[in-house]
Amino acid sequence: MDIANLTASLPWLRPELLLTSYALIGVLIGAAYREKAAGVLATLGVLALAGAGVLALLAIPGKPQEVFGGALVIDSFGVFAKALIAFSAAATLWLGADTMLRAHDRRFEFSLIVVMSTLGMLIMASANDLITLYMGLELQSLGAYVLAAFARDDARSSEAGLKYFVLGALASGLLLYGASLIYGFTGSIQFGDIAADARHGDVGVVFGLVFLLCGIGFKLSAAPFHMWTPDVYEGAPTPVTALFAAAPKAAAVALMARVLFDPFAGLQAEWSQVIAAMAALSLVIGSVAALVQTNIKRLMAYSSIANIGYVLMALAAGPQAGAAAALVYLATYLPATIGVFAIILAMRRGGHLLDQLEDFAGLAVRRPWLGALLTVLVFSLTGIPPLAGFFGKYYAFQAALSAGLWPLVVLAAIATVVSAGYYLRILAIVWFQPPVGEIERPSGAVAITAGLSTFLVLGVLSIGLGPVARWAVEAARASFGS
Amino acid sequence: MTLAGVAFYLLSAVAVLSALMVVSLRNPVHSVLFLILTFFSAAGLFVLLGAEFLAMLIVVVYVGAVAVLFLFVVMMLDVDFVELKQGFTRYLPLGLVVAVALLAQLVVVGGAWIERAGPDRAPLASVPGLTNTETLGRVLYTDYVLLFQLAGMVLLIAMIGAVVLTLRHRPGVRRQDVAVQVGRSRAKAVKLHDIRPGQGLG
Amino acid sequence: MTDYLANYLPILIFFGIAAAMGVGFILIPWLIAPKSPDSEKVSAYECGFNAFDDARMKFDVRFYLVSILFIIFDLEIAFLFPWALTLTGAGHEQAVFALWSGLAFLGVLTIGLIYEWRKGALDWE
Repeated sequence: MDIANLTASLPWLRPELLLTSYALIGVLIGAAYREKAAGVLATLGVLALAGAGVLALLAIPGKPQEVFGGALVIDSFGVFAKALIAFSAAATLWLGADTMLRAHDRRFEFSLIVVMSTLGMLIMASANDLITLYMGLELQSLGAYVLAAFARDDARSSEAGLKYFVLGALASGLLLYGASLIYGFTGSIQFGDIAADARHGDVGVVFGLVFLLCGIGFKLSAAPFHMWTPDVYEGAPTPVTALFAAAPKAAAVALMARVLFDPFAGLQAEWSQVIAAMAALSLVIGSVAALVQTNIKRLMAYSSIANIGYVLMALAAGPQAGAAAALVYLATYLPATIGVFAIILAMRRGGHLLDQLEDFAGLAVRRPWLGALLTVLVFSLTGIPPLAGFFGKYYAFQAALSAGLWPLVVLAAIATVVSAGYYLRILAIVWFQPPVGEIERPSGAVAITAGLSTFLVLGVLSIGLGPVARWAVEAARASFGS
Repeated sequence: MTLAGVAFYLLSAVAVLSALMVVSLRNPVHSVLFLILTFFSAAGLFVLLGAEFLAMLIVVVYVGAVAVLFLFVVMMLDVDFVELKQGFTRYLPLGLVVAVALLAQLVVVGGAWIERAGPDRAPLASVPGLTNTETLGRVLYTDYVLLFQLAGMVLLIAMIGAVVLTLRHRPGVRRQDVAVQVGRSRAKAVKLHDIRPGQGLG
Repeated sequence: MTDYLANYLPILIFFGIAAAMGVGFILIPWLIAPKSPDSEKVSAYECGFNAFDDARMKFDVRFYLVSILFIIFDLEIAFLFPWALTLTGAGHEQAVFALWSGLAFLGVLTIGLIYEWRKGALDWE
């Protein structure tokens, strides 16, 4: 290949290069100053992640740009997803590092692993061939496995890490098997070439696609590949759970959308049933199982499964409407989730984090502000009209309806009603149960993140959502328009 | 049958049988040894495909390193393997269902492969006069530079992860610091006292 | 194809010799060594007691760290073979690019090595 082509590709990778340089320099700083570097590296890591988001937004290409000989594609859909990933990762790293430092855990590797894992997510969001897809996914997952087991003296955390690793390796194996079938039948790893060949509808390609979707479905924690989610969310340290609930979801959704709408757009008749089935299962399992949880982290795990159900419902609708609705959904869902986790991290008593639902009793009496913020965030997750979450659900429903998937829409409507049950149960405990004990004063990072995400959830409805949604629609058209 | 055909069937038979032994043997150490045999047969199959570099890589990395790691892990874990095997029979029906489903899929895919006219494009053009390793090298560091560098990052995160999760410093261990030892001067190490007879050091 | 496989004939011969030696060293003692087997001769003997527990000892987790670091650097070395072969032969521009790309890869892993060293992961306490 032309060397000039490769060097000309580099400027498109500014966000990734920023994260890479942070990681490499950070490892050296950490090696030099050890525990003393933890605070500085966390701050730098948050700045690098936010900077990566800004850098991605600064270079939105008019039409999709294939770089590195087609290994990556830079398009507005990818940029949108990258911005969501980078900002969510920055917020959750800030929360997480702050919590770790308060607990006197000064292992500086936390920030480094988070940033390297996010680098993998950015690669996932713009992958344009099967190997890039796999490398991005592996980079993201390897970091996630380590993070899940980060509290290594806690048996539950080690168990979570091991479970996540073993099941994740199985999912990677399925994904690779599918990728090998696709490569064998089409003779190419490039999404463009696969798209040209996939139209013939070879059995091998369809089987390969199904395996590929299983692998990505696992990372997405979509039912029936969700079994790891509650255990890992519960076992992992809470700051890590907050990380898992935000950025990796956006990356996996972006990857799923790209795989469906780029190489396999011609096979929509085949995959739309698979995606619709995954969506339906996720909605049912997520909503019903969340009703009986007593641990807030497990509850949020099932809630995330249900929310992935809405995203998959949108994706089942097909390229343009689906991608736009998925982006809007993520843009409204991520701030609300991060905000809820910020409040979960604020629940401290005697220097320990609380994660049982009953510990939230009387939060609104002890810390009225936290109670109020949590109420707004949970209302948004439920999808109460004036809040951002409603618009996310609205776009998802609309996309599915326009594709004629009305049985799925009915199911999603029922799931929304059921989900209101467990969301409102949280609020009932917060507002109407007598307080059981004192809640420590939240740290600055926690308060600011909770406030900021509530502001986004509230503010987006008044001014922001129109432009965001328009941009999402344009991004989807620019990236997947035929 | 040609020489390549004989070699193929021999190697695949050994690979499948030894893989079966890996999962069915009682002693985990024997399982690991059969795993090594499986890796060797796979390396042989890669040689038959003309992918010599990959074949040697399997011998170096999988047989040389991964198998040793597995042995360590088997020795490290305090697992009662007899107890573990009891779950094996309980989940056997489910496992068999999955295995049969996968086999059926393989058969269907294999049938589709035979029926089709042939791949539209050759997977990788081999350059005449170049060895397999050289052909790989020609593209790995230029065309696939992004993936190559990402592989470096994956290895880095693996390194950091392994250190974070398993490295423990024991308290009270006295280490040898060669630089301090060598840099020690006479002035710091030896102190001369003039002791008068009958008084001691007091 | 046959020419190509003929390259591997020496390896096949080595395998044959190794297998013959392995089988031979089992067969010859079986044929010529004196034997009078008894189950008590091979039972575990522990100062007059029956064996207390399994002879297998748990390994220290530090062995695992050493071997995983070994695997990582083993993989790094694997990437260097094609690298060494491409530095001559390909076009000049390609070779220069490949040189720097390989050096960047080595640089990343060297940073990892510095990290391990400073963390004390390479010391055996």
